[in-house]
Formats: sequence, structure tokens, C-alpha cells
Amino acid sequence: MIALSGVSKRYPGAHEALRDITLRIERGELILLTGPSGAGKSTLLKLIAAIERPTAGTVTVSGQNVARLSKRAIPYLRRNFGLVFQDHKLLYDRSVFENVVLPLRVAGFDGREAASRVRAALDKVGLLGRERSNPISLSGGEQQRVCIARAVVHRPSIVLADEPTANLDAEYAREIVALFGAFHQVGVTLMVATHDVGTFAPLTSRRIELRGGALVP
Amino acid sequence: MRSWLAQHGFAFRDALGRFARHLVPSVFNIVVIGVAVSLPLGLYVTVKNLGAVTGQLDAEPQLTLFMVPEASAEEAEAVGARLAQHPAVGKQRFVPKTEALDGLKRNAGMTEIIDNLGRNPLPDAWIVSGRGGDPATLESLRQEAVRWPKVDHAQLDTAWARKLDTAVRVGRAVTLLIAGLLAVALAAVTFNTIRLQILTRREEIEVSKLIGATDGFIRRPFLYFGLLQGIAGGLAACGLVWAALAALQAQVGPALLALAPEGGLLGLALPEAAAVLGVASALGWLGAWLSVTQHLWRIG
Repeated sequence: MIALSGVSKRYPGAHEALRDITLRIERGELILLTGPSGAGKSTLLKLIAAIERPTAGTVTVSGQNVARLSKRAIPYLRRNFGLVFQDHKLLYDRSVFENVVLPLRVAGFDGREAASRVRAALDKVGLLGRERSNPISLSGGEQQRVCIARAVVHRPSIVLADEPTANLDAEYAREIVALFGAFHQVGVTLMVATHDVGTFAPLTSRRIELRGGALVP
Repeated sequence: MRSWLAQHGFAFRDALGRFARHLVPSVFNIVVIGVAVSLPLGLYVTVKNLGAVTGQLDAEPQLTLFMVPEASAEEAEAVGARLAQHPAVGKQRFVPKTEALDGLKRNAGMTEIIDNLGRNPLPDAWIVSGRGGDPATLESLRQEAVRWPKVDHAQLDTAWARKLDTAVRVGRAVTLLIAGLLAVALAAVTFNTIRLQILTRREEIEVSKLIGATDGFIRRPFLYFGLLQGIAGGLAACGLVWAALAALQAQVGPALLALAPEGGLLGLALPEAAAVLGVASALGWLGAWLSVTQHLWRIG
């Protein structure tokens, strides 16, 4: 489903963030991408989601070479992904519902169908009653769950999560981990970058470790 | 098709919502655009009225040759013969001094004055229309004829009408020029409005791009906003011009009607108003497009 071959990424005027990465991720796998901060975990996720382009090598998602995609094709590739960010990236000038419905609007779903999907997603993350709230009034854990609802509302085949539990206390983190476990069970391909392996220990997963921009064998 | 409609519906509602949320600045923007558009529009209406006045004037230019008062009938006849052979002359008519005096007497109150004069002060005259409509040939005839014997002076009747006509032409050109300049201003105002909106919605644009929004999706609400703002500004301009005409008519009243074309002052016709709205909305759209495209290009 996702394949990286000889991938390197160097930011202008900086060190090499990733060096010669080759790996394959099969459909329905749950990958834990681990390593200390600065190891290149975020960069790897960004390359897969075509947020960054590799300086060398190829990144293939569902048979498409991401690095070769035209600018116009990138939005359509992104719709295959659900992205979960460490800082949530929620919009605080609108309700929880309006935040979660955004990917559906982008994909052109209209009113009723979109609304029922948003409610299903919010139900999944346990926030069904909060759709009218402003995200700013929610706790950090709840905000992260809104972010997860937004990431899965359009039923993506791949979910990429970058440090989804980094700013949460242990109890909230356990809820998030349980959510990812549930997505994994329904066949979603998951790739979670975290420096906190312990929290994700309850999940059966394949671990990929990065250190200094290279894979640890 | 359904999703296309849904996306446009969403973008349109989004633009309307932003109008409503930022009502005061939106209204001021519309006023700025309205005033800017009303300047060339008002000028256009003025020129249109002047043009109608000149159009209603006797378009056929006429040259009147006045004989010196002591000229004899034979001398007047000689001038007539000379006119008849002149290539520039179409029709010619002799108005003897007695006929001119009778004409004058028909005006109320003049009879007494003329009777008191004791003698006829009017000269004999030839009234000449040119061959073909070109006033320039008559003008050269005028210059030639004043040098003929016993011709006192020659007057081209439509001289002032021609000057008015020229003024109308200049007026049209000036209107076009100002309209062009203010069109640029309208697009620039919209460009800036949209730029400010983009700055406040930077996060939303960034997140939308991350979750797969196309440039078109991001651009669309802004385009609708520019379009709506343009239409509203155009409407404001039409309203301003209409109000100005109404006020003018009320203030100056009947005196103005003497200057106005027959049937009263001309306002904006419906197709003209529609054209104003069309151009204003297109310029609003253009300003918005330039602004968003520039921003997307910079962040892309």
C-alpha cells in the first residue's frame, strides 16, 4: 500500500532529515514509528502525505509515485489520508461540527449525508453531544478526539498520526490509543509516529524505529 | 453534478455569511466602490443627456448671408446667381428685408417697436443649405462669401451646435478614461479586501489544503465574495446616480427641462444598469481571483 525506496530528504541549509529509507507497509497494518525527537518521524509522514517532497528516492502510495504527482493531483491523493496532528490544527472560529465536516465539504458531500457522517464520526470518538461547542471550550484530550474525528470522517484508507498523544495526560492518551485500536480492527491502515512507545504498548503493531534520519535495523 | 452544486452552494453561503459577520466594513467597502463607480456613471448620464439635446437640434447646418442694408435688389440677385453656381450649395432661399420684418412683427409686442423705428433696419438675406451633410464645406463657403461684394456678413447657424457636439464627444472620451481608471481602482479595492480576509483565514486555508482541498475549492468563496461586493457596489452606484438625478430635477425643476432633451432628463436605462452591475461584478471577481491566486502561489 505504501512503499518507500531509497528515500532521502535534506532541507535547504540543514542536515539530512532522512537518509536512504526503504520500507513497505501493507494494507491494514498498524505501524508504530518510533525514535527520539528529531529522528525524522514527522518528515517521513509528511513525505507520504505529499506535504514535503523527497530529495531522492520514490514514495509510492497505492501504486502512485507521490514525488512525481502534479500539483493539481496532490489534493486528490490527500483525500486518501486521515491526518492527525500533534497540535490538532482545529479552527477555533467555528463549532466542532464545522471542523469535522471540512473534509466532506472538500470532497463535495452535501448537507444531510455529510451531517450523518459527521455525527457517526463524533459518536466514534465519544463527542456526539459536543457538536455545537467551540473547540476552545474542550479539554486537550477532547480536542485531539475532534481532530481524530475529522481525520476519519471521510473514511480514509490510511490514517497518519504525528505524536497524537504528546500533549495529553495518561488517561486521555489511553482513550486515543483505544480509538486507534478500534480503527485498526476495521481494516484501516494506520501509521502512528510517537516517541512514547509505552502508551501504545496495548496495540499489536509493527515497530519501525528511526534514529538520526536512518532506519534502525 | 450534485457535489459540484453542493460545493458552489457552500461557497456562496460562506461568502454571504462573511458579509453578514463583517457588516460594517463590508458596507463601507460597498460605499467606496459605489462612489467610485458613480463618478463615471454620472458623467455618462450627463453626456448622454447633452448628446440627446444636440441630436434633437436641426442637424442640417445652414448658412445665412446678410446683405449690406443699402444693397439693391439687383445686387442681392447677383449674389443669388453666384450661390446657384457654387458647388457647395444645395438649396438656397431668398428672404427679402420686408419678409424678415413681417416675420419679426408676428412676435407679440414687437409691432409697436418696429412701427416706431420708421424704417426697416433689417437687411436682405440668403439662407443656404449645403450639398451633403458636411458642415466643413459650408464653413469654407462662409469664408469665401464674406468677401463677395455687398455681402455684410455670413453666419453659420449650427456653429454652437457643432461646438456642443464636440463637447459631447470630449465628454464621452473623458467618461471612458475615468471609467477605465476607476475600474482599476475597483479591482484594487477588492484585491485588498480579499487579501485581508485571507490573512485572517490563513489557518483555515492551510488546514483545508492538508485535508485535500483543491485550489479551486479554496478560491471559490473568495470569488463569490468579490462578485457579491462588486454587484452591491454597482447597485450602490446606480442608486447614487438615480438619487442625484431626482435631486437635480427637484431642485432646478422646470428651468432644467428647458435644457433637457424633449421628454425630460434621461436616467439610466435597465440594460445600462445591468451592464454596470455586470462590469462591477466582473471586476470584483477579477480582484478576488488575483488576490487568492497570488496568495496560493506564495504558499504553494
